[in-house]
Amino acid sequence: MKERLMSGNEAVAIGAIKAGCRFFAGYPITPSTDLAERMSKLLPEVGGAFIQMEDELGSIGAIIGASLTGSKAMTATSGPGFSLMQEGIGFASFSEIPIVVVDVQRVGPSTGIPTYPSQGDIMQARWGTHGSHPIIALYPSSVKESYDLIFTAFNFSEKYRVPVIFISDEVIGHMREKITVDDSHVVFERKKPEVPKEDYLPFDSRYEVPPLANFGEGYRFHVTGLTHDETGFPTSDPVKAERLMERLQRKILNHLDEIFLYETFLVEDADILIVSYGVVARSAKEAILELREKGLKVGLFRPITIWPSSEKVLKDLASNRRVFVFEMNLGQYVHEVERIVKKKVEFYGKENGEIISPEEIESCILKSL
Amino acid sequence: MKTEIRLAGSGGQGIILASILLAEAASIYDQKNVLQSQVYGAAARGEISKADVIISDSEIYFPEVRSPDILLTLTQDSYDTFIKHIKLTTLIIVDDFYVKTIDKSLNNYVFSITDIALNTTQKRISSNIVALGIISGLTGVVSLDALTETIKNHFKEGVQKNIEALYMGYKIGIGGKNG
Amino acid sequence: MYTEISLDNLRVKKLPHIWCAGCGNGIVLSAILRAIERSKIDKDKIVFVSGIGCAGRSSGYVNFNTLHTLHGRPLAFATGIKLANPDLQVIVATGDGDLAAIGGNHFIHAAKRNIDLSVIVFNNFVYGMTGGQLSPTTPEDSFTTTTPYGHIEEPMNISYLAIAAGATYVARETIGNPLMLEKYILNGLLHKGFSLIEAVSSCVTEFGRRNNLGDPAEYVKFLKDKSIPFSKVNSVESHDGIVVGEFVNIEKPEFVTSYYELVKKVAK
Repeated sequence: MKERLMSGNEAVAIGAIKAGCRFFAGYPITPSTDLAERMSKLLPEVGGAFIQMEDELGSIGAIIGASLTGSKAMTATSGPGFSLMQEGIGFASFSEIPIVVVDVQRVGPSTGIPTYPSQGDIMQARWGTHGSHPIIALYPSSVKESYDLIFTAFNFSEKYRVPVIFISDEVIGHMREKITVDDSHVVFERKKPEVPKEDYLPFDSRYEVPPLANFGEGYRFHVTGLTHDETGFPTSDPVKAERLMERLQRKILNHLDEIFLYETFLVEDADILIVSYGVVARSAKEAILELREKGLKVGLFRPITIWPSSEKVLKDLASNRRVFVFEMNLGQYVHEVERIVKKKVEFYGKENGEIISPEEIESCILKSL
Repeated sequence: MKTEIRLAGSGGQGIILASILLAEAASIYDQKNVLQSQVYGAAARGEISKADVIISDSEIYFPEVRSPDILLTLTQDSYDTFIKHIKLTTLIIVDDFYVKTIDKSLNNYVFSITDIALNTTQKRISSNIVALGIISGLTGVVSLDALTETIKNHFKEGVQKNIEALYMGYKIGIGGKNG
Repeated sequence: MYTEISLDNLRVKKLPHIWCAGCGNGIVLSAILRAIERSKIDKDKIVFVSGIGCAGRSSGYVNFNTLHTLHGRPLAFATGIKLANPDLQVIVATGDGDLAAIGGNHFIHAAKRNIDLSVIVFNNFVYGMTGGQLSPTTPEDSFTTTTPYGHIEEPMNISYLAIAAGATYVARETIGNPLMLEKYILNGLLHKGFSLIEAVSSCVTEFGRRNNLGDPAEYVKFLKDKSIPFSKVNSVESHDGIVVGEFVNIEKPEFVTSYYELVKKVAK
């Protein structure tokens, strides 16, 4: 057990190695670059592979390829690079290849303000690809949680054969806090097939999550981004297409109990519920303490799993409470909250590079009374 | 108790390193809650270098320093810039080597930081370590022992010289408090 | 000596293939399969990676570990596979559009790294799958569905680009000479480093019928007649026809080997 002061990006790198990550491909982009730099130092030390690719299209392709050989693989990027990676994320979602994509958010759209934080990629994490498929996206709000949550990201990815988007932001990625680096985290290993090689179906619909063989171990299966049947070969049969789409949904959405992670802060007696996540949740906590000094009963719901959402959890928390959403964009997660709670939701957001401060949250709530 | 500290100077004065040493000392050795942040990347390549450290007995939520309790300025530029974002009680530590014009209405503590660094280690770059000693002696927000351990842990060479610089800073810091 | 294609290397159940009658891609694929047979590489260790387009469909018909990737990205996926598991023999089947247009950046950089991949580009001068649009290698003045008045650009020379980017094995042959094509592919498979074999193929349906090459046999004969041996012109490019031969065959440090040598030095 060792206490260390480190940045969020550093904690993700160190946690990833401990979670078994042995392959990283990336392309420099502020404010995620220091994560790649750290991986370039750490991976050779444990016999793993690091490669700086020619662009983000290449990076995402390389980690998918690496994952098919059985390697736990990760990349890290920010908004503009995350946009380029969407085609690969769609491929990995559809062909069910575990990968972890870290997106350290900066101000957008386009090149935006590279060194300043935002939360503008929330919807892109969910809907950035074409077609219908579920995704898992996790978002920490501290350095310690960055460390803990990267284990969860790899575990979910391997367990559910799904890309996991690890969302962070410039503040969480670069601020330094104390964490304890130890070996207490559970690490999940990918399920391998146990059937004879000739009977192996890489997309066997009898499973929610079919076991995945490694390339090179004799199973000789086919992987494609085309709609495919259980054997992995292309099909345009609507019945088979439907079966695959349905299973992709089910394998994630049937497991919300495990996948949906969240924190509540002083909600028990609250009349007002703040919904915020990542760095803004930290401002919210400070604001809540101030508002409670003033006699207002305010609490926080902080989704850690941004996607998928748990309708039940949010509905329960929102019932009989006024709901406020604060996020560093001009309205993204608020749409998900509105969809679920089906009542008026107050919104405050900005994407100008500044963190939403506790004072802004306080005044927003005080004004609305 | 929560103390917000802003360290400022120009690139090359070791401001970022000083903030990391301060944060490490307070968190790992003094066992406080600490949050360090700095201006990052391209934005850090300008003239002014700035880093913030929050030290607290309780959990730290909002990660930014708005108006610091302690402001260290090693250059005139950084002094002029950051006195705009202080409160009446902000304790301002000033290096008289580079900061010649100060606003006398403020709570200034003027030390010959660079001179002491030059006298102790013969290196101007050690002024950041002298400054850490002053912060410890003057405010007690971080212990001298913690800073000493951090320096021992951090530097591969020149440990003794840096500890000397730290102690010199601490001494005048204590003096500044009493005077 | 003629090598038979082992049926074990084909997914016979997946046939017939989607390629049009008279398409040259079958000749290229059979040359690849014969070369694989001759190379004696362990079939379980072969990863056959392809992109999008007609050539991209080849991965579905061969009985190895097969990966049908995204348009332009087979080299990126292949790079990840080879670097993550150097024991695997990674073969990439791609087309002129896939490799040289949308995947051009990966092509340049994979060649520059000299990563041990064997790349066979099915160059048929046209986008066949999408119905006959111009590709980077479409010859000047020829007609495609997006150059109805004739093409005004000079074509890209894929082999030339590979050489410039740093590939250590580069050869070109047409489907008019399948045995030589097979030989070059075999050389590429056995070569340690980035090898590129430009297989000049035909597209009767989409290119041929718009450019007076509508007869499959005539098309093959045309490619053969247009071939100029490299030894004759000592240049990768000629305005008189298609230069064929082995252009580059050199040894240079290979990326994955160098990487793991570095790992050995720094591993704790």
